Amino acid sequence: MWRFLITVIRRDLLLAARRKGDWLTSQFFFVMVVSLFPLGIGADPEQLRRVAGGVLWVAALLASLLSLQRLYADDHRDGSLEQMLLSPQPALILALGKATAHWLIFGLPLLVIAPLLGLQFALPPDVIGTLVISLAIGTPILSLLGGVGAALTLGLRGGGTLLTLLILPLYVPALIFGAGAVDGILAGMGAEAQLSLLGAFMGLCLLLAPWVTGAALRVSVD
Amino acid sequence: MRLSTHNLACQRGDRRLFSGLQMDLYAGQLLLVQGGNGRGKTSFLRLLAGLSQPEAGEVRWNGESISRTREAYYQTMVYLAHANGVKDDLTPVENVQIHVGLRGQKRTQAEIEPVLVRMGLAACLDLPARVLSFGQRRRVALAGLLVSGAMLWILDEPLTGLDVRGVAEMETLLREHVQAGGMVVMTTHQPLRLQGVDTVPLQIGPLMQVDDLVSESASAEA
Repeated sequence: MWRFLITVIRRDLLLAARRKGDWLTSQFFFVMVVSLFPLGIGADPEQLRRVAGGVLWVAALLASLLSLQRLYADDHRDGSLEQMLLSPQPALILALGKATAHWLIFGLPLLVIAPLLGLQFALPPDVIGTLVISLAIGTPILSLLGGVGAALTLGLRGGGTLLTLLILPLYVPALIFGAGAVDGILAGMGAEAQLSLLGAFMGLCLLLAPWVTGAALRVSVD
Repeated sequence: MRLSTHNLACQRGDRRLFSGLQMDLYAGQLLLVQGGNGRGKTSFLRLLAGLSQPEAGEVRWNGESISRTREAYYQTMVYLAHANGVKDDLTPVENVQIHVGLRGQKRTQAEIEPVLVRMGLAACLDLPARVLSFGQRRRVALAGLLVSGAMLWILDEPLTGLDVRGVAEMETLLREHVQAGGMVVMTTHQPLRLQGVDTVPLQIGPLMQVDDLVSESASAEA
């Protein structure tokens, strides 16, 4: 089982390394969207600080949608998804491996960029710390739930738009708790409660999302 | 070792492709699936591979339904279809490595290269599969089949895209595999020379008569 899981992750990382343009697009998108806000709403630090959490989180959600469309689509097209489903391991391990690889390619770089972008919003260091922690707990949710959407819209025409409509509502709890944690620490109320809820939501996604994704993948090749 | 189907029925859309299909295949035999285009050969092979679910009946491995012996079955079976499952951005060696890794096996480069050389890919070991021709990519997929050491091969039109020498090599591979106690299920529209191979023919759909061919081509022209 471990060899299968590691092969799936290694394979996606290798493919990402060969096609840097594909995944850099979503990182650049994230940086661009976040950077547009200080330009758009002016340089008042107080105002920027208030919107920072929400803006960074919304940008992260949208950026994840860009990268998710290709999560299974390429493998579906060239027949390698079928080959992966014909492994002795159940499809949920495949879904878990793909989500992990997606997080390493998409989520992890986001955690590195986010503190720099936080500076643009005049955030104090402790708030930036909370922001990074909230993203560290929250971005796996995006990869896991996004996998469900990507698998469900596989092989459909206009799958990209449908994916957006399908997945964004599911992201809402992550957005509320994640951005709420940043606001909480700004307002001096502490972020523990929000971060715990975010963690609980991630646990739930970790339990359910790979299972649903696996089932959807099986249906998509039938 | 026995692969069998019990009262297998398949429906695609509203069309019943076949029903009540019974067959038995033992170690050391090759099942040659025959039938015209659109008669359900590929659907039959996908049922055998467990990629789609039958309308009725079941596929059995050693007398037990493949849905119950999933892990054991998928460790002995490889399936190769029209889409090769070869990744364009990876070299032939990496492709084969990942193919066997997904089956839970590990092979070193030194083990894989001789097989690729045997498949006539000596000159393109370090090239990404993107620059290979269709026939060469097919050879990469066939090399994966050999390296995996699987006992049951399910091949959908394995000769597509292979040149005359490739077809002759494929005949040798099939003969060697079956005579060493392996099992093959395959479809092809090309004539195959399989002297000395225990071949079991299986007709899917009505037998194609010359009259049918004439009337079909007449209706196609009309």
